[in-house]
Amino acid sequence: MKLHEYQAKQLLARAGIPIPEGRIATTPEEAEAAARALDGTVVVKAQVHAGGRGKAGGIKVAKTPNEAREHASAILHKQIKGLRVRKVYVERAASIAKELYLGITLDRDRRRPVVMLSTVGGMDIEEVAASTPEKIARGWPDPVLGVLPYQARALCFDAGVPAEQRNAVADMAQRLYGVYAKTDATLIEINPLFIQNDGSVLAGDAKLDIDDNALFRQTELRDWKEVSPNEEVEERARALGFAYVQLDGDVGIIGNGAGLVMGTLDAVKNVGGHAANFLDVGGGAKEAVVKAALEIVLANKKVKSVLINIFGGITRGDEVAKGILSVIAQHPPAVPLVIRLSGTEAEAGRKLLVGAPLESRTTMDEAAKEAVRLAAGGKAHFNT
Amino acid sequence: MSVLVGRDTRVVVQGLGREGTFHAGRMREYGTKVVAGTKPGAGGTKVDGIPLFDTVAQAVDETGANASIIFVPAPGAMDAMLEAIDNELSVVVCITEGTPVQDMTKVASLLERSATTLIGPNCPGLITPGECKIGIMPAENFSPGPIGFVSRSGTLTYEIADALSRAGLGQTTCLGIGGDPVIGLPTPEAVRLFNEDPATEVIVIVGEIGGSAEEHAAEYMRAHGKKPAVAFIAGRSAPPGKRMGHAGAIVSGNQGTAESKVKAFEDAGVPVANAPSEIPGLVKAALRRG
Repeated sequence: MKLHEYQAKQLLARAGIPIPEGRIATTPEEAEAAARALDGTVVVKAQVHAGGRGKAGGIKVAKTPNEAREHASAILHKQIKGLRVRKVYVERAASIAKELYLGITLDRDRRRPVVMLSTVGGMDIEEVAASTPEKIARGWPDPVLGVLPYQARALCFDAGVPAEQRNAVADMAQRLYGVYAKTDATLIEINPLFIQNDGSVLAGDAKLDIDDNALFRQTELRDWKEVSPNEEVEERARALGFAYVQLDGDVGIIGNGAGLVMGTLDAVKNVGGHAANFLDVGGGAKEAVVKAALEIVLANKKVKSVLINIFGGITRGDEVAKGILSVIAQHPPAVPLVIRLSGTEAEAGRKLLVGAPLESRTTMDEAAKEAVRLAAGGKAHFNT
Repeated sequence: MSVLVGRDTRVVVQGLGREGTFHAGRMREYGTKVVAGTKPGAGGTKVDGIPLFDTVAQAVDETGANASIIFVPAPGAMDAMLEAIDNELSVVVCITEGTPVQDMTKVASLLERSATTLIGPNCPGLITPGECKIGIMPAENFSPGPIGFVSRSGTLTYEIADALSRAGLGQTTCLGIGGDPVIGLPTPEAVRLFNEDPATEVIVIVGEIGGSAEEHAAEYMRAHGKKPAVAFIAGRSAPPGKRMGHAGAIVSGNQGTAESKVKAFEDAGVPVANAPSEIPGLVKAALRRG
């Protein structure tokens, strides 16, 4: 789950990290009022879950409240990377002397968090990491202990933070780790971290992604979730317990098990097709589950055929077949279905499907081939 | 022969709820020595003939359990793993799905200071066909033989084990290690176990997009491989930035792409199957060469 900048900054402020004073606005008028209250030059910033907002015209400086209103008017309802902007954050402009980068994320190889600090801030840290990795200082705190003072100091020395700001930045790194740990973050970044002309430090931007698996205990933050209309289908699927990702092809995919579904997507690609989605129904594919999954896949109007790939383990193939038949009887789908059942009681399941208005295949490769053929406008034969 | 578990493994089931009880029964049917269960407050009672204990420490003292399988729901999974590690069980399998990743970094930190091998979380577990199953996999898809099999997936593991078994390619042990970003036994460690197991003749490595475990496994095989290996990577058609079901299956930036993993294996002389159906053929070819 991603938080907006203004939400992430609230959490930083609670942890004692200095942030610029700011206000949220949903209309140009509110943005103007916010700028007036802040009294001085402000920055109007689009609140969307996308990087590169500045380059996309989502961040603009306003010298007067009038200008803030105009900028907000231009930014609100703009699309940035396919996401509609519904809020802007109006913030007092900083007096910037230098920009740093400070971030914490998971280092999968080391199975530890990694704290990264660089005196090259304000740009894509992945680019810096790729082209000049020596410009990023890294530390791997033990998650049981957190960032210790000596580790925070070492980061500042390694990154070449000016002596005047060393203590303030080291303190910020420790506080930021506190937020990372407390919020179950998978990523937390201050980029840029401003050193101002008066020598003070300030979080210029903030990014915070929270581990979906930890939302059961992040009771406050889970209510902060803001879903863009473009993400609604994926949200609905998640509420049903499915993992769903929309892709841009025309073969709808339903399967049980993330690896198997990925394998099915690959099988479709192997025969020249394009998957319309990833949908993992998880364990126990019963009738109601199959029905809900089909509805989600068919809600995508690009879908021209649906491939259902179930490998029965604890789930029995005959039960899955009954579920599919019942769904077809009640809600005949508008596009052809290809079913591949394997594993426990698969033969019994396949027998039940004989005569049904769908194609049944015994292997994943054959099923993928048939689904791609049908999506390309091929005629259905039904169990020939 | 096998890795990690065999006939003498004595299992305590942590979290004997509905799911735990069901799978404990299936494991016993398979021949696994399920000697105890834990359920705080239920010590002294029995479920389906399995004696229950309040703590893992008591279960170990009374029954000599040396392995555990965890069904405790995600909020308590870290606690269950740490309890097992603290009691020095040699093998711990965590089936639980949805463990927060920061819990897992803490578990990994303590795991490194222990002698426990942790499989999972969010995994099907492990099986030494014909001897011992500590997991939830449908046993009929597995058969004994010379193939060491490690996989990050669940259902795909069953699919491939089934294909191997049908082709007459039985397995020494199958390790379903789970698809989370932080797991107890990562792919390279699992590959090392099979490489050093005298009974394993060919290693089958099933990976997924995300992370760099496959690249490290390939590097290990290039430097230390004593026997042939065959690989498959799920998610070659996945776009960057989209999480493919498993929390760990995501391509971020140029990290974790299928191309990088396929290339690493090919550079290490490990053939990569384009589809699961190609795996048995590649394994047979490797057995002929080996």
